[in-house]
Amino acid sequence: MSHVAIADQVDNSHHPKSFITKYIWSQDHKVIAIQYGITAIFVGLVALVLSGLMRLQLGFPDTFSFIDPASYLQFVTMHGMIMVIYLLTALLLGGFGNYLIPLMIGARDMVFPYLNMLSYWTYLLSVIILLASFFVTGGASGAGWTLYPPQAILSGTPGGDAGIILMLISLAVFIIAFTMGGLNYVTTILQARTKGMTLMRMPLSIWGIFVATILGLLAFPALLVSAIMMLLDKTLATSFFMPAVVSLGENLSYGGGSPILFQHLFWFFGHPEVYIVALPAFGMVSDVIATHARKNIFGYRMMVWAIVAIGGLSFVVWAHHMYVSGMNPYFGFFFATTTLIIAVPTALKVYNWVLTLWQGNIRLTVPMLFAIGFIFTFTHGGLTGLFLGNVVVDLPLSDTYFVVGHFHMVMGVSPVMVLYAAIYHWFPKITGRYLNNRLGKWHFWLTFLGTYAIYLPMHYLGFLGVPRRYFAMGDSALMSESAASLNASITVSAIIVGVVQLVFIFNLIWSLKHGKKAPANPWGGTTLEWQTPQTPPQHGNWGPNLPVVYRWAYDFSVPGHTRDFIPQNEPKSTGDENSYEPDLQEREK
Amino acid sequence: MSVIKQLVSKPWESVDTQTSLSEANDITLARYTALKWLLAVISVMFMLFFITFISRTQFTDFQALAGEPWLPLSDKTPLWINTAYIGLASIILQILCKRFSRLPRWKVNSLLLLTLLSSMLFLSGQLAVWNNLMAQGYYLQTNPANSFFYLLTGLHGLHLLLGVLILTVTLIQCLLKPVSDKMSRRIDLTRIYWHYLLLLWLVLFFLLTSSTETFKAIAEFCGL
Repeated sequence: MSHVAIADQVDNSHHPKSFITKYIWSQDHKVIAIQYGITAIFVGLVALVLSGLMRLQLGFPDTFSFIDPASYLQFVTMHGMIMVIYLLTALLLGGFGNYLIPLMIGARDMVFPYLNMLSYWTYLLSVIILLASFFVTGGASGAGWTLYPPQAILSGTPGGDAGIILMLISLAVFIIAFTMGGLNYVTTILQARTKGMTLMRMPLSIWGIFVATILGLLAFPALLVSAIMMLLDKTLATSFFMPAVVSLGENLSYGGGSPILFQHLFWFFGHPEVYIVALPAFGMVSDVIATHARKNIFGYRMMVWAIVAIGGLSFVVWAHHMYVSGMNPYFGFFFATTTLIIAVPTALKVYNWVLTLWQGNIRLTVPMLFAIGFIFTFTHGGLTGLFLGNVVVDLPLSDTYFVVGHFHMVMGVSPVMVLYAAIYHWFPKITGRYLNNRLGKWHFWLTFLGTYAIYLPMHYLGFLGVPRRYFAMGDSALMSESAASLNASITVSAIIVGVVQLVFIFNLIWSLKHGKKAPANPWGGTTLEWQTPQTPPQHGNWGPNLPVVYRWAYDFSVPGHTRDFIPQNEPKSTGDENSYEPDLQEREK
Repeated sequence: MSVIKQLVSKPWESVDTQTSLSEANDITLARYTALKWLLAVISVMFMLFFITFISRTQFTDFQALAGEPWLPLSDKTPLWINTAYIGLASIILQILCKRFSRLPRWKVNSLLLLTLLSSMLFLSGQLAVWNNLMAQGYYLQTNPANSFFYLLTGLHGLHLLLGVLILTVTLIQCLLKPVSDKMSRRIDLTRIYWHYLLLLWLVLFFLLTSSTETFKAIAEFCGL
């Protein structure tokens, strides 16, 4: 059987010829990435509006008559689900994964371009199904993003009929889309790297995306399994998860099922999901920091090992989300221990980012500001994770605003900060133009300070015992006057931060036409995507010949070189001979 | 280079084109890699189903479908016949792949057709088992054992149906176009998929037709 190298295979079948094949039914990874990006940002804006509505109700209860308890719960549920899955997962892996993988590893496209296209359209279908649930009788599901049975599928719950059915179908369709994309990403990284691109020469962005994709492939089936079984419970009255229930005075036909089983399945997906979002962000922020600090990433190998270790450990911590569900104390001990262990590689990464900055030639560009902002928000979110990882501390804090503050800092704000860093960083490559710098800086400072104004007080509210998911706190003892005024201040901050995101959207659209023109390699990047013959890269990425990789991705400020970076595809030169002599720097002085 | 060796290498030390990927950078291997990952994903999914199934068997309302003479799956003959069908499809694909280059074209086509036929027989056999169960009053929602039986055999059947669709396209191509490496590769990939589905079916067969005592022993072994 003859073997054909991927780069040499004669397959022009997806070479775009018309507008439709170039921009709509496109098989080009860059166009698919942009399609993913636009869809994810659109659906993310819907979720942003939902969060604004929630905050209006919480900050100023009894003011907005159009928000009733049912719609409030629907906003909470849809906001959470959209943000975690349809925005973050889709934008980080479908968007940036698609754009960066072939360019960074020196491939012409994904290994299976048709499957890649199919993945995007299936994703779009899942988004449409999800959004359709707003318009069915009873509205969207209001079960909370964790969709715990039995309440999620009972008629008394908002959206407990058609809403939850559409939600579950949408999730199943999303998982099929992700699996198609994920198989592509993993196979492309494993099999389509250009000559010289060893695994350990891959930029950390690719490592993050690679491990996160593997996590996704192995974790999403758990959500699929639970979605299928819950769908059967809802539509065909099976009792996989449903115990005997008396609902509104009526004995339902369910019996014997285990709601806890659903929780295990859900969190077996749910915790790796945190890292499906975090690992690509870890990778991309590493590249942004190294590039804008003009310094090689500190401890590259440890960074890779940490990504792999976090990926592995993320599968054995899931039950820390279930301490209040009740479990054998030894299990609680086990999951608390693994949770604290996962802090070790994570902290190692934070140290390495900080040490990369140390004595670097830091350029406070907008991407760098967002990257540094990420280090702050992630450290804060991570540290509160240590509190919640301990059973005895988690029990009183569970289901309070402390948890809301924690997870928004660690997996809401932090990945979003990296997404912004990445968009500002790679926008010149994607479009050939810079994003507006002044607007970018306003965007950063208002977002960064604004998120602190939102989430830091939430930790305090949590300590006071203010419960999450409540439509209104009323005059309960839990809600002191200071808590009520804090809630109002959080809402004001949230509205400001929300509006600032529209400035970013304006910047995106405005800069497409009016942004300052960018050269091919505006930040002095070493990785392959900055070395394409055209900017934006054309179909096939590399012209007639694939790039050949001679070095790792972080040759910044190498002593003895005139430029402060050496691209990965630059062959050995005489400068390299001396570049690692320990006394070279001394001689230069 | 082994994975461990790669992970401990120091990429900043060498500037050259070491470890060329010419061997790995290959579309054929890419397809096999993708298939392996796909099978891993399917395995994780069914593994999770198995775990939920075993834990659900320990609830008092669970009534196994086999074990006592009056239970519907105690007579396993129809399921053994179905097993023979899917096993036959697997064997034919194995023979076909081993002798692909030496076989005349009409034989390749006939063997492919035979694979398709026996796979369809398996699927219709499974449907017959479903019908039989329903005729005896063992509906989907009557008992969790029934629910799991319909769900797991249904999902397994769906996976096989996907394979049947792909194999049908291959057969049409074999009928219309000259035999090529691409076809032999596709058949070889299908062979691996069919072997996997056969193995999966054998595990399902064992699990779904076990008695209450067997479930108890498995659950104890798993610490459930």
